[in-house]
Amino acid sequence: MSLAVALFAVVALATAASALGVVLSTNIVRAAVWLLFTLIGVALTYLLLGAEFVGAAQLIVYVGGTLVLVVFGVMLTAQGPLRALAAKPAEWVVGGLLAAALFGLLATLALGPHTPPATQPGDEPLPGAGPLGLAFLGFTDVQPDARITGVPDGVVAKRTPVAYLLPFEVVSVHLLVVLIGAAYLARAKRRAKA
Amino acid sequence: MIELGLPPFLLLSAFLFACGVACLAVKRNAIGVFMGVELILNAANLNFVAFARYNPAFRVEGQVFALLVIVLAAAEAAVALAIILNFYNNHATVDVDKADELRG
Repeated sequence: MSLAVALFAVVALATAASALGVVLSTNIVRAAVWLLFTLIGVALTYLLLGAEFVGAAQLIVYVGGTLVLVVFGVMLTAQGPLRALAAKPAEWVVGGLLAAALFGLLATLALGPHTPPATQPGDEPLPGAGPLGLAFLGFTDVQPDARITGVPDGVVAKRTPVAYLLPFEVVSVHLLVVLIGAAYLARAKRRAKA
Repeated sequence: MIELGLPPFLLLSAFLFACGVACLAVKRNAIGVFMGVELILNAANLNFVAFARYNPAFRVEGQVFALLVIVLAAAEAAVALAIILNFYNNHATVDVDKADELRG
């Protein structure tokens, strides 16, 4: 067993166990802590896959930003009985069955014969922050030998260079709109009755 | 890393997705439901990055879309928590079973 396999086994087990902890803990504060470990585990998986920039972004934005928002939300709303709202046993049964069925379906598909095999014998690293930033601007070079999964061997599928500048701009404007909307929604209101 | 293959990552992602769906189903706290959404988004993101690693045609695309999903998830978190806080201010609860009207 190589080092990569052993590391993946440890990280994947920790991530899966923390995800299970998010589901099973009835205390919302504990669920937030389990979610923290799940997000860190996913970031470590990205690093294991060789996507350092995505892993770092996951750590900074998710663990540092989103989870802090969640913890603030928990602190602002968790009062006594709300801290541990429990679902009815019937809901646990239905939710568990649904999740188990979905997991079975996805696992069958992932392990089945139709999963595209790793077509790349080499182990060169994924593009880092520099090529990714250039790809957003459109200065990306598509590997000429890169085959697209599902295209037959005889057919040559030409890929045109793609720029992600428009999605980037859409996301940035979206962030601005969301910022204004969130500030408007969460502003401190003066109650009419008081 | 290449000898590990794609299926272990797909299995981990499927497990995270199933946990997220279970979270959506069994949580009564609105923030718990939101945590389920975060788990599902992470599962999808893991698939993006795994396919970027193991399919040479998507080396850039997988990471680009993973980054976009991370940013949009942060935006979604801000709006969702603003709505939850607003609901809490109006109704003094975060129980989604009682959230059949948003206007206080």
